[in-house]
Amino acid sequence: MGIELKMPALSPTMEQGTLAKWLKQEGDRIQPGDIIAEIETDKATMEFEAIDEGVLEKILVPAGTEDVAVGAVIALISGEGEEAQPAAASVSAPAAEPAPAPAAAPKAEKPVTAAPAADPAIPAGTQLVSTTVREALRDAMAEEMRKDPRVFVMGEEVAEYQGAYKVTQGLLAEFGPKRVIDTPITEYGFAGIGTGAAMGGLRPIVEFMTFNFAMQAIDHIINSAAKTNYMSGGQMRCPIVFRGPNGAASRVGAQHSQNYGPWYASVPGLIVIAPYDAADAKGLMKAAIRSEDPVVFLENELVYGRSFDVPSMDDYVLPIGKARIVREGKDVTIVSYSIGVGLALEAANMLANEGIDAEVIDLRTLRPLDKETVLKSLAKTNRLIVAEEGWPTCSIASEIISICMEEGFDHLDAPVLRVCNEDVPLPYAANLEKLALIDAARIAEGARKVCYKK
Amino acid sequence: MAKKPAKAAPSAADDSDFILHSLQEAFEAKKRYAASEAEMLEFYRQMLLIRRFEEKAGQLYGLGLIGGFCHLYIGQEAVAIGLQSALDNDRDSVITGYRDHGHMLAYGIDPRVIMAELTGRESGISRGKGGSMHMFSTEHKFYGGHGIVGAQVALGGGLALAHQYNADGGLCLAYFGDGAANQGQVYETFNMAALWKLPIVFVIENNGYAMGTAVKRGSAETEFYRRGTAFRIPGMKVNGMDVLEVRAAAEVACAHARSGKGPVLMECNTYRYRGHSMSDPAKYRSREEVQEQRDHHDPIEGLKKTLIEAGKTEDELKAIDKAIRAEVAQAADFAETSPEPEASELYTDVLVEEY
Repeated sequence: MGIELKMPALSPTMEQGTLAKWLKQEGDRIQPGDIIAEIETDKATMEFEAIDEGVLEKILVPAGTEDVAVGAVIALISGEGEEAQPAAASVSAPAAEPAPAPAAAPKAEKPVTAAPAADPAIPAGTQLVSTTVREALRDAMAEEMRKDPRVFVMGEEVAEYQGAYKVTQGLLAEFGPKRVIDTPITEYGFAGIGTGAAMGGLRPIVEFMTFNFAMQAIDHIINSAAKTNYMSGGQMRCPIVFRGPNGAASRVGAQHSQNYGPWYASVPGLIVIAPYDAADAKGLMKAAIRSEDPVVFLENELVYGRSFDVPSMDDYVLPIGKARIVREGKDVTIVSYSIGVGLALEAANMLANEGIDAEVIDLRTLRPLDKETVLKSLAKTNRLIVAEEGWPTCSIASEIISICMEEGFDHLDAPVLRVCNEDVPLPYAANLEKLALIDAARIAEGARKVCYKK
Repeated sequence: MAKKPAKAAPSAADDSDFILHSLQEAFEAKKRYAASEAEMLEFYRQMLLIRRFEEKAGQLYGLGLIGGFCHLYIGQEAVAIGLQSALDNDRDSVITGYRDHGHMLAYGIDPRVIMAELTGRESGISRGKGGSMHMFSTEHKFYGGHGIVGAQVALGGGLALAHQYNADGGLCLAYFGDGAANQGQVYETFNMAALWKLPIVFVIENNGYAMGTAVKRGSAETEFYRRGTAFRIPGMKVNGMDVLEVRAAAEVACAHARSGKGPVLMECNTYRYRGHSMSDPAKYRSREEVQEQRDHHDPIEGLKKTLIEAGKTEDELKAIDKAIRAEVAQAADFAETSPEPEASELYTDVLVEEY
């Protein structure tokens, strides 16, 4: 019996990859530890190492094949051992977080897209280009760096590694090490240096490998960056962007899976942006870099690889502080942001089949919060829920509920509900993680409740 | 051990001749700045201005006109004046912690707007919204005035990065205390500053006490100038009670940082006569200890002696004091009579832009 070699998952969120190169040919003898192939993910190129002994009998997926699903059989090895081993592979790569293949690879969901409607006019005939969120963020930074020599990027692995999540890919080649600065692993220190550079007149973009690590640096984000303009009577500005992935990724456990939106959104003096799709990511990142105020820009690792239409324009900038109605509806409003928007749209589709017409609002900016769009929608639908990939207590959801109580009470036909993650640290086990996180079904259930339908 | 300072080497690891005390040796060779009489008089005037200003601030605090935390600089005057006088005010930037009145006065910032900030008035330098610990003057490249112990060190690293990025020839002087010297971010900043050869002079004002904790009770290495060694940052140990020594050391340090060789760590040994803040009963040290410093190490009395030896008379120096007392009294009047901020100021300056 031969051994099946399967496409490995090389990161917690990898769903597919490119089989870049075979380093062994059919007929070659293979020893454990031999590097058989190179596999490219959206983050990095990694080496695929054999753990079995035998002869490479058949290559099933030729070099250069893109989008090979995790778990797909890519080659067969004829076993020479006494017993056939189950297929397995180990990986040696300088990964930010090496992870074994999940038992069941997550489904490659096609994101539900919505045309950017309410934003500054996109001229008729503008080409829409399918772009990943990751590329959109990079393009936004590159465009602003071309325009303004004061803009630079700093953080862990942003330059030579091309970004732990490849968001800064290619920037070093174009802008050089003066403007794309690799830092040591020293969040508190480099957040302070970035903040000081902004006070000194530069326009830093500080990347945190994840916002979980920014907790070590939160003092500079809040005490140094957010408060200085006020404390100085408007003398000393701090135009800086703190950006990086936020919220739960996939199977990385409690310390790497937290949504800091509510934390930062509670701080006067900060702008907090958490976009969902690629067009918003681009337009709002450009706005963030241009802002005279300190901006916390919350991305989401699970969304980085999703593609959306982005208008091909010289200068696509969106307004900070404006929500967007991503799906119009009349029966119930679902307010969300970041990854929650995709789930809310899915939920809306489920509800549509049941005759409930849901309106979905993407807040996009968490501070300042676009109350007006939320309240207008409430006035129309009279029922509202908030879908948030984050804890329920002291959340953006609680804030929206409070706003609806204070300023929209007369429009309410039902209590406002929040659909959030469970109020626990995020567990590792696949089943428990799934139970802890929001999903479309739970959002739809919340919507039914406020519509008093089963 | 004494070697000549090595030539700049391509990488610190290859540089076997690297001497962490090279700057100290250069400083020891010419330890006191040869000030002209005019310069000495100016140092005297500036130090005395800080002293009288802080005494007045102490009084106003006692009268309830100044609130919150108020950290006085009395005793430490030579540090700010000696260092400040060596800077190029058109290019260099300064940042410090919350004990910041002295550094602002050293810049020549109007004592009236500083005092008015202490009393929380509209005409204060931060329009009454910062207070004692949060004062800034971007016009003078003075970047605060920071209330979180040690934060100014990393922020100073950023100012130095901006100097390097803009190639403006400037350097950053980042002051912090012996207490802040135990914060982790200080060492994170040392590492990056040395790695990137940032033009920055780290100045530890070692006044002997981190609030109420004596240096030896809070620090495993009490010789703070050695604390950059792990990052290959040359250290300097300076008598912070002698303005001419501080000035001489400042010239060595600034020349090093300005020439692209990276950071310098200077420890200035000094002493604060007053409590950590106005609310400090100072139970952790004896009266005798304070008196000994006042009697034998006072920076202003020390310079006064030098001036008298140089031919100045008591009367001439008294006249300077008189003028300063008048200036400080005026500042206090201004600070007391200036109106409080308008209620509408509550909502201004939270953000720069409108969204």
